[in-house]
Amino acid sequence: MESSVSIRDLSLDFGSVKVLQSLDLEVAKGEFIVLLGPSGCGKSTLLNCIAGLLDVSEGQIFIGGKNVTWAEPKDRGIGMVFQSYALYPQMTVERNLSFGLRVSGMPKAEIEQRVNRAAEILQIQPLLGRKPANLSGGQRQRVAIGRALVRDVDVFLFDEPLSNLDAKLRSDLRVEIKRLHHRLKNTMIYVTHDQIEALTLADRIAIMKNGTIQQLADPHTIYNRPVNLYVAGFIGSPSMNFLEGTLNPANQTFVADDGTVVPVGTYAFETPVSGSTKAVLGVRPEHILIGEDAKSKPFTQEVEIEIVEPMGSDTLAWTKIAGKAVTFRCDSDVVITSGQKILIGFDPARGSIFNAETTNRI
Amino acid sequence: MAVDTLEPRGMRPRPFFTPRKIIIYSLLFFISVYYLFPMYVMIVTSLKSLDEARGGNIFALPIKVTFDPWFKAWDTACTGLYCEGLKVGFLNSMKITIPSVIVSVLIASINGYALVNWRFKGSEVFFVILLFGSFIPYQVMLYPLVIILRELHMFSTLQGVILIHTVFGMPILTLLFRNYFASLPPELFKAARVDGAGFWRIFIQIMVPMSLPIFVVAMILQITGIWNDFLFGVIFAGNQNYPMTVQLNNIVNSTQGVKEYNVNMAATILTGLVPLAVYFISGKWFVRGIAAGAVKG
Repeated sequence: MESSVSIRDLSLDFGSVKVLQSLDLEVAKGEFIVLLGPSGCGKSTLLNCIAGLLDVSEGQIFIGGKNVTWAEPKDRGIGMVFQSYALYPQMTVERNLSFGLRVSGMPKAEIEQRVNRAAEILQIQPLLGRKPANLSGGQRQRVAIGRALVRDVDVFLFDEPLSNLDAKLRSDLRVEIKRLHHRLKNTMIYVTHDQIEALTLADRIAIMKNGTIQQLADPHTIYNRPVNLYVAGFIGSPSMNFLEGTLNPANQTFVADDGTVVPVGTYAFETPVSGSTKAVLGVRPEHILIGEDAKSKPFTQEVEIEIVEPMGSDTLAWTKIAGKAVTFRCDSDVVITSGQKILIGFDPARGSIFNAETTNRI
Repeated sequence: MAVDTLEPRGMRPRPFFTPRKIIIYSLLFFISVYYLFPMYVMIVTSLKSLDEARGGNIFALPIKVTFDPWFKAWDTACTGLYCEGLKVGFLNSMKITIPSVIVSVLIASINGYALVNWRFKGSEVFFVILLFGSFIPYQVMLYPLVIILRELHMFSTLQGVILIHTVFGMPILTLLFRNYFASLPPELFKAARVDGAGFWRIFIQIMVPMSLPIFVVAMILQITGIWNDFLFGVIFAGNQNYPMTVQLNNIVNSTQGVKEYNVNMAATILTGLVPLAVYFISGKWFVRGIAAGAVKG
């Protein structure tokens, strides 16, 4: 696969604070990459470095095979969309879209043609004569996307573009961005702290923490085979249930701290384990089954329901396994009430086991 | 008691005469009287003939209204050796104020913009030094400044006094602009850079159009400050360029002849007219600029 954006050994520090630490990232042409992480993890900083808005301390950035480490933002072949839209308030939508083209001294006819094409793609033709103050949040963000679009660049950078919008608009525009990507087939690098956005949009997700990439993989792998405890806990809502205990490879069991035994014979280990190891067993709420479905699973237990949260599409129930609070998800048609005793079970093959010391997946 | 049994519904009735309102309005009334009274005395005195002004009650309205003192103050009052009135000073003040305001606001706005958006190594230190300048009483620097201007061959010239006003306006104006530009979303600047705009284009096409209120605030501060200045004018401008304030002083404090109170009052009002007019015309903008976060942080 031809590489579109390539980041090699990139570091950035502000004084003694290391914001990015020798980071490597290869983005293929036409790929949709999401940088996901909590605030302060360096994801926006990384995006600003790619855009050329921040000078890097160490390492190189290549865009389209060209070393752009020292290049000006305008010479990098990127378009950028910001969380706060960053539209020029005193210019009309049309002037906003054409500003960059006018700066570069493009002929009027071509500017007009490009603006019209972008406006048509984003369905903002009726708004061209308005000022940003007279637009709704969703319209403003479309214009901001349009400003990147008219530049006709290879790489789009999105810095939390949907975070200022309300829930309904956010999911609408999310689909639209995906549609845009299908249509344009540009490389897109998208920063967000919203895991739903990440899982729905990305070809690959890079989970970041403290200026390093923890895991870079497709959404399915990230969700089902997280490489460490941090990724496992970060992705998924409600988050993964964790049981602490000891892994005994000899008899293929995981013994929780209170003595509860979970057979792990079905689990596919990343690396062979020798000797008993302190470990953490993680199971997603939707992988815990109830009633008849639970019976056939390697691990079953009768538990008492503590709290039931009906979510509409499904129902979330809280209980305890091995003294730990555990949530599980079941169909919304199933009637369960708090205080009820119920049989639950799961297959560790669908779960994840982590080394308690290194926090890495075993 | 039909009113008491009325069920609350819709807009709550607001009585006009509440104790709160009475206190606020009476306070406002007395404060305005306190400040407007000297103004009143000045105006009525300036409209009296000299005999009436010297003989009568200073609070009394003029028996016979005359504008002669105003004409005299403007046209023929003696300022030292010359008896050409304030009009010379007015012209000089204009010649000093207009370039000083334009140059200082221009430079300070670029300063503030560069300090916020184009941080360079040591820009913070530079800013601190600049701020430090505003805390030194400038009387301390008068003598060195005289020497410097002499060496630059600018002492007793219009350019000299303009330079002094520009330099001394720099700390507060730079602070003003820096804080305003810092309150604008930084993404705007980033977006403009991605669009390929450089230092000047971002400043002129993006920043300045968004900063009208703060430019007005800066202009008002500078116009009133420079117009009302006496010290720099008397020291650096030179005899032929004395601003209006200096000439006013020469009229009012002249030691020969009778004290023409009516002419003095008229001259004083004339001198104060420009800043007064500026406030009346642009007061709305001034408040808007202050409210826009120009003075916080």
